[in-house]
Amino acid sequence: MANQSLNLLRRSASTDVPAVAGGAQIEVAKLIDVSKCIGCKACQAACLEWNDLREEVGVNTGVYDNPHDLTPHSWTLMRFAEWDNPDTGNMEWLIRKDGCMHCSDPGCLKACPAPGAIVQYTNGIVDFIHENCIGCGYCLKGCPFNIPRISKVDHKAYKCSLCSDRVAVGQGPACAKACPTTAIMFGTKDAMKAQAEKRIVDLKSRGYANAGLYDPAGVGGTHVMYVLHHNDKPEIYAGLPHEPKISPLVAAWKGTGKVLALGALAFAAIGAFVHHTVVGANRVSEHDEENAAELIEATRAKTSGGDGPEARV
Amino acid sequence: MAIDIEHRAPAARERTYVHRYSAFARVNHWITALTFVALALSGLALFHPSLFFLTGLFGGGALTRVIHPWLGVLLVISFFGMFLQFWRANLWNQDDTKWISKIGDVVKGDEEKLPELEKYNAGQKGVFWGQSLMILVLFCSGLIIWDQYFGGYVSIDTNRLAALVHAVMAFFAILLIVVHVYAGIWVRGTVSSMTQGRVTGGWAWRHHRKWLRREARGGKEAGE
Repeated sequence: MANQSLNLLRRSASTDVPAVAGGAQIEVAKLIDVSKCIGCKACQAACLEWNDLREEVGVNTGVYDNPHDLTPHSWTLMRFAEWDNPDTGNMEWLIRKDGCMHCSDPGCLKACPAPGAIVQYTNGIVDFIHENCIGCGYCLKGCPFNIPRISKVDHKAYKCSLCSDRVAVGQGPACAKACPTTAIMFGTKDAMKAQAEKRIVDLKSRGYANAGLYDPAGVGGTHVMYVLHHNDKPEIYAGLPHEPKISPLVAAWKGTGKVLALGALAFAAIGAFVHHTVVGANRVSEHDEENAAELIEATRAKTSGGDGPEARV
Repeated sequence: MAIDIEHRAPAARERTYVHRYSAFARVNHWITALTFVALALSGLALFHPSLFFLTGLFGGGALTRVIHPWLGVLLVISFFGMFLQFWRANLWNQDDTKWISKIGDVVKGDEEKLPELEKYNAGQKGVFWGQSLMILVLFCSGLIIWDQYFGGYVSIDTNRLAALVHAVMAFFAILLIVVHVYAGIWVRGTVSSMTQGRVTGGWAWRHHRKWLRREARGGKEAGE
């Protein structure tokens, strides 16, 4: 069930969003300051702990990423990237905490066919409501960040909930609480933006001219934001999309396309009805039957025998 | 004047029937038809939110998601059976081009103005080849988005394209089936070909005279 302490802004595959009672909630955000991250993975551990998840023991393939990708259990993942900075000649070790960005314009929610399986609260959190999830995987196609994962066990989609259960009772997310360097911060979106501004000024003063806030407008802004030292090229941070937006393919499929298609099908059925009303049934006349009988008889007389059509009186 | 006078021919002495479909072909057709309807209902349920209630027919959303692709596999097998039986009779010829050029008379039901036809007219052939092509595309795009077994084999963008192609193809396939079903209803005497396997001689005379002539000769081509 959707969290009862939070007000719904949107609900997948539904038009009936209950009116918000008790006034609008303030938008919240998680700010991940990549420049302060030391890659300790305390956030990953805290996420597993709070959400009562256990990851399979994996294998080491020579990189720090563990597990190697987001999974139905690992809703957040430190991604380690090595980048040779051509300007300084330095190798930079970029560590990004990957996970759901909680878009203002969530592609997952727009693609979802199951009513209420994905909700967006007025505070900005996008949450999966597993009892309504049918496991179709449409959210994976809708997401511009490649975040949701389908469980092979219960065939439902999983991702970061921004600890909506904690936020509902005035707590910050578990990852933010566990972070030893406060690289992960949580608060109102305005406060996080103000915090980011200070950090960006600091980074710029230390030579990162392109430092900036990653809050992509293409998805209406996000409720998980990054402070990046190289905000001009987010893709160097293990493939963070440059200008993410809902794919036009998804927009065509689950946008107006579905309305037009259904309308056209209804129109075809109505068209058939109108045609029948105007033209009337295409009936075989007695004349046709006589002609056929004559043809068959004449042909039989000529060829005498053979497996002709059955003729009956 | 608002009164029409119809001169009726006296009832024919004989009623002739022409065999059109074997029992195997009929069973094959109805399995395909039922599978198609079930696929359309379960597919539409996941296509438009206002039709999500149709998942109730299949035991809920999750079961609809499970059942739909398996129905697709069944459809491909069943349709392939029909394809093998009917493809030859559906090859395009000059009569079809002529028939298409007189589509206005077709729609009016003015068949005396149309060329004499073999077993299928161009519209029926269109349904046959249209469905053959679309079922193939639906199957391939469907495999790509069959997440339970084939998830992660291709990029997400390919998945998105497959989902869109699958939806567009399904739309046209359903549209074509609406035409197919309506044609079967509009042209009276057609349904018996798929229920009893035979049509009246008059039906064959009216709609497929060349075929009737051939059948009357015992299935031989003219001059054979």
